[in-house]
Amino acid sequence: MALLQFLLETGFWVAMVRMATPLIFGTLGELICERAGVLNLGIEGIMAAGCMGGWMWVYLGGTLWGGVAFAAGIGVAFGLIHSLFTVFLGLSQHVSGLGLTMLGSSLSAFVFRMLLPKATTPPKIVPFAPLELPGLSQIPFIGEVFFSQTALTLLAVALVVTVAYVLFKTPLGLAFRMVGENPMAVEAQGLSVFGLRTAAVCAGSAMMAVGGAFLTLSAFDAYYIGMVNGRGWICIALVVFSSWKPYKALLGCLLFAAFDAIQMRVQQQAGMAIPYQLYLALPYIFSILALIIMSRKAAYPKALLIPFRKGER
Amino acid sequence: MRIEPRQAQSVARTVLALVLAVAAALGICSLLILWSGASPVQGWILMVKGALGSKFALSETLTRATPLIFTGLAAAVAFRARLWNIGGEGQFYIGACMAILLGTDTGLPPWAVIPYLFLAGALAGGLFLLIPTLLKTHMNVDEVVTTLLLNFVVLLFVNWLVFGPWKDPMAMGWPQSAPVVDAAALPILMAKTRLHLGFVLGVGAAVLIWLFMDRTVWGFEIRAVGANPKASRFAGMPVNATIIRTALVSGGLAAMAGVSELLGVKGYLTTDLSPGFGYTGIVVAMLAALHPLGVVVSALFVAMIYIGADAMSRGINISNYIADVTTAVSLLAVLAALFFTKYRIKR
Amino acid sequence: MTTPVLRLSKITKTFGNIQANDDVSLDLYPGEIVALLGENGAGKTTLMSILFGHYLADEGEIDVRGERLAQGSPRAALSAGVGMVHQHFTLAGNMNVLDNIILGTEQLWRLGTRRKKARHKLIRLMDRFGLKVNPDARVRDLSVGEQQRAEILKVLYRDARILILDEPTAVLTPQEADHLFATLDQLVAEGLSIIFITHKMREVMAVSHRCVVLRQGRVVHETRTRNTSPEDLARHMVGQKVAHFTRQRLIPGNQVLSLRQISMAGKAGKPGLTQLNLTLRACEILGIAGVSGNGQSQLADIICGLTAPDQGEICIRSGTAPAGKPKAMIKAGLARVPDDRTGIGLIDEMTVMENMASEHYKAAPFSRNGLLNFRAMAEKTKALVAEFDVRCPDIHTTVRNLSGGNMQKLILARELSGNPSIILANQPSWGLDVGATAYVHDRLMEAAGKGAGIIVISEDLDELFLVADQIQVISQGRLSLPMAVDEVDREALGLIMAGHGPQASTQEDSHAH
Repeated sequence: MALLQFLLETGFWVAMVRMATPLIFGTLGELICERAGVLNLGIEGIMAAGCMGGWMWVYLGGTLWGGVAFAAGIGVAFGLIHSLFTVFLGLSQHVSGLGLTMLGSSLSAFVFRMLLPKATTPPKIVPFAPLELPGLSQIPFIGEVFFSQTALTLLAVALVVTVAYVLFKTPLGLAFRMVGENPMAVEAQGLSVFGLRTAAVCAGSAMMAVGGAFLTLSAFDAYYIGMVNGRGWICIALVVFSSWKPYKALLGCLLFAAFDAIQMRVQQQAGMAIPYQLYLALPYIFSILALIIMSRKAAYPKALLIPFRKGER
Repeated sequence: MRIEPRQAQSVARTVLALVLAVAAALGICSLLILWSGASPVQGWILMVKGALGSKFALSETLTRATPLIFTGLAAAVAFRARLWNIGGEGQFYIGACMAILLGTDTGLPPWAVIPYLFLAGALAGGLFLLIPTLLKTHMNVDEVVTTLLLNFVVLLFVNWLVFGPWKDPMAMGWPQSAPVVDAAALPILMAKTRLHLGFVLGVGAAVLIWLFMDRTVWGFEIRAVGANPKASRFAGMPVNATIIRTALVSGGLAAMAGVSELLGVKGYLTTDLSPGFGYTGIVVAMLAALHPLGVVVSALFVAMIYIGADAMSRGINISNYIADVTTAVSLLAVLAALFFTKYRIKR
Repeated sequence: MTTPVLRLSKITKTFGNIQANDDVSLDLYPGEIVALLGENGAGKTTLMSILFGHYLADEGEIDVRGERLAQGSPRAALSAGVGMVHQHFTLAGNMNVLDNIILGTEQLWRLGTRRKKARHKLIRLMDRFGLKVNPDARVRDLSVGEQQRAEILKVLYRDARILILDEPTAVLTPQEADHLFATLDQLVAEGLSIIFITHKMREVMAVSHRCVVLRQGRVVHETRTRNTSPEDLARHMVGQKVAHFTRQRLIPGNQVLSLRQISMAGKAGKPGLTQLNLTLRACEILGIAGVSGNGQSQLADIICGLTAPDQGEICIRSGTAPAGKPKAMIKAGLARVPDDRTGIGLIDEMTVMENMASEHYKAAPFSRNGLLNFRAMAEKTKALVAEFDVRCPDIHTTVRNLSGGNMQKLILARELSGNPSIILANQPSWGLDVGATAYVHDRLMEAAGKGAGIIVISEDLDELFLVADQIQVISQGRLSLPMAVDEVDREALGLIMAGHGPQASTQEDSHAH
């Protein structure tokens, strides 16, 4: 069958890993925030801001890694605002997040237009090139799929391993998990709830922003308004799907990207029989289904969405 | 530093907080205008002139405010019950689709067409929001993400409709649907402007919703369930039924925005019928502290920003995305400001 | 005279308009157990929270072993050897015991965790003090007594030399409490010093060397335990001679409520209910005694109609009541005073008037044809507020601003005003001072006099001995046979609460009474 043949092509797997990359950054970022007890609905806007910011840095003459760092910095800035509102002041995490998404999306569009008021075709930059690792990249199949991706993809996978290790095998990770389960327990052991939650939100937001930057600095080579296209929201669904576990998150992102790649190929070949809009809608429908399946027994971090107010006992 | 709850809340303090918040938002956006190399003062003057400076400008502002009143009410009612309906955009289009579906060939006497289309649209919108709501009440699925993802699905659906089965062969290739019958068009209120009856309907809806939330048994239940669902259940209130009722009202209101915009402004369906009215409605609701009558005021304010931004962008060299940025900053500023009406920070 | 190991000097703390601590000074000497006594709201927990660093005092200093302690930092307190066992445990239910204990004991930037070493240290501590818990068990799967042991071990693991215990026996059976006291004696023999907060006279006499009594934020009395008596301490706690409350003997009437063979499966670590039988008659007060976590909330939920039992039936008067419908139970004449005032009993963002109407807003006179009648609501509310002495600036005050006692009076006003035939009161005097508690008991007695049958679920045996006619003990989800209050003694009850002794009343027995 044509589909089976497609699945066996290296091209499919390469595309799958590449398309999963921004999702991995975003999902890991949101996972860290939620593990610490803070829902970050700003992810879509933060990814948009990182996307535009990373591109802008390179367009104005900076290096690619400089662009990545700049995007991360933008993420931290958004994270600080979200932390101020939700951690320190204990305000609605929903509204703060939505506000940040609106801010990130609109600000990136505004600044882009400020830089390029008359552009009709977006100007190109030179993105990350696929890596050529001596020896590793030559391995048939695996070499192409994993070791010939761009640097940011490898960074994403390395990040999954790192986050999993930190979260479950280090004192800092234990503190992060505790603060999302019972912040009072954390304070009673002499640690700072505000400090830990702010650190988690900023770290997570930085990752989200880098996920956005991947789109302009690696996957494509230009920026256009609306590029993120709902990936942030899909990451939120994937976090629930992953039961807040990094390796499961990696699996979820790869699975999702696989469906996306399949959907694009089927669209190319199926012709006009099924409207292409349906294919484009499939990722969103799948995300909703994933949420439905996993929400019944979801082991939400116990203190998620509950602000910690010192002295209210 | 410590955060302490305030003993009394006053309306005066709330209004003051909202005004200060908006002022702060405008201040921050002035910095952006400066960064673009233009003069903020000039910019704001152009904005006010562009929104209120002439009869036509005013009519444009009121026209722009109309769908925002409806989507603002939709968000205000839902958020009051802590039902996070972010799907206003999708429900808007569901309403618009119903208007086309039933409005191109109704067979009804002329006076009945408009009410019929509004009712049908509202029903469809309410039922559409019911899907993620039932997932919330029965399967514990968080409604924020589901309502939001459905927006993307609906937009793609509309895209298919106007490029496909509903494409108007007489529209010279433009992707749009056939127009509704003449009887369905909302009458214009001011000659030579676009201001249509929808504005009056919107204000009327705001008054009705205010009475509903404040004076009726159902409104009481919605407010109680939003404040504390466990205590409401304990007191014998039908919590799930209340949430479902809220969804029907909220989805219905957002859909009415779509019906109003379609019947009042364009007359046919396109993919850009809404430049984000559903999302902006959330800001409108928050700026009004979720008060239905306040929604009218904040809808006018936000409309002013958008219409004014168009004028601003023509006058000084600044993109009209400044309007989106201003509304986003206003939302965050209001969130922070409302905090200070409930708490105080002490050393 | 040895030097004090801890000295609190002139501690003053104000929250809004309330002065929680007023110029409080306290010394603690090595190897002694000091009981900190006072009614609810006297300022005991605030004082200890300041000591442990949860709050900063407005004025005053703390010295540990002669060195000034930096305030406002639990970390500083822990480093100085001060540890606190909180009344509401500071444990994360979804994590295991070992994780809860090692949290914060290692540098945050370490690359790995020394679990093995930690486990050994923990096991040695457990052996040394006789406090056994499974380190790998998830906290939410543990019994309340085991959780408390974990909480104590957490503090001992950090080498605390000064231990603060906040109402430690609130959640223990009498026998478990005795075991705790033995542990405290052992700790003191090893050189620790202990302050323990309580309002139970019995414990103070049994285990402390010295007592300090707080009232309205001030130290009003300090004495060696052997030089005082429970009556003396009670008088200082309340500030006046405590009135003796005499229970009226009423003749019970017809059956108003009965539960037959109620069973429900437990879930998520909470116990289920097994074959409960209970009969309540008019003019009778039935006390359900038991330490928290033995099925009380499940029992209360079933009677209120919030959950439906898996088996068994509930009968109101002669008819069967529909299960799982709170509204139906309210209609059938059931009034409920819940244990969680702000979480379940009241909507704290809404006003006094709105809360007063929250159960009957659908019917006349509060509404008609779906429209609310504010004038009727206001009138009724004002009348009830006056009758039940609910202190509030006006009926449009937000309930959150009321004191605990006034919130309870508001709930009583709402529930008792309809002359209910059945009343379920769950921990009715929890968190209330003596005055408010007496008020609650008075109104309940009054309702019984008017013909209501009342079930009082309480962890406080003293309360039940005061107001109840009959007592049943709930333990591990089972109910004991009913016993007349005059014929039973505390020891026997304690044994039943711990799970030994006559069990599970059967249908025949409850009819035979």
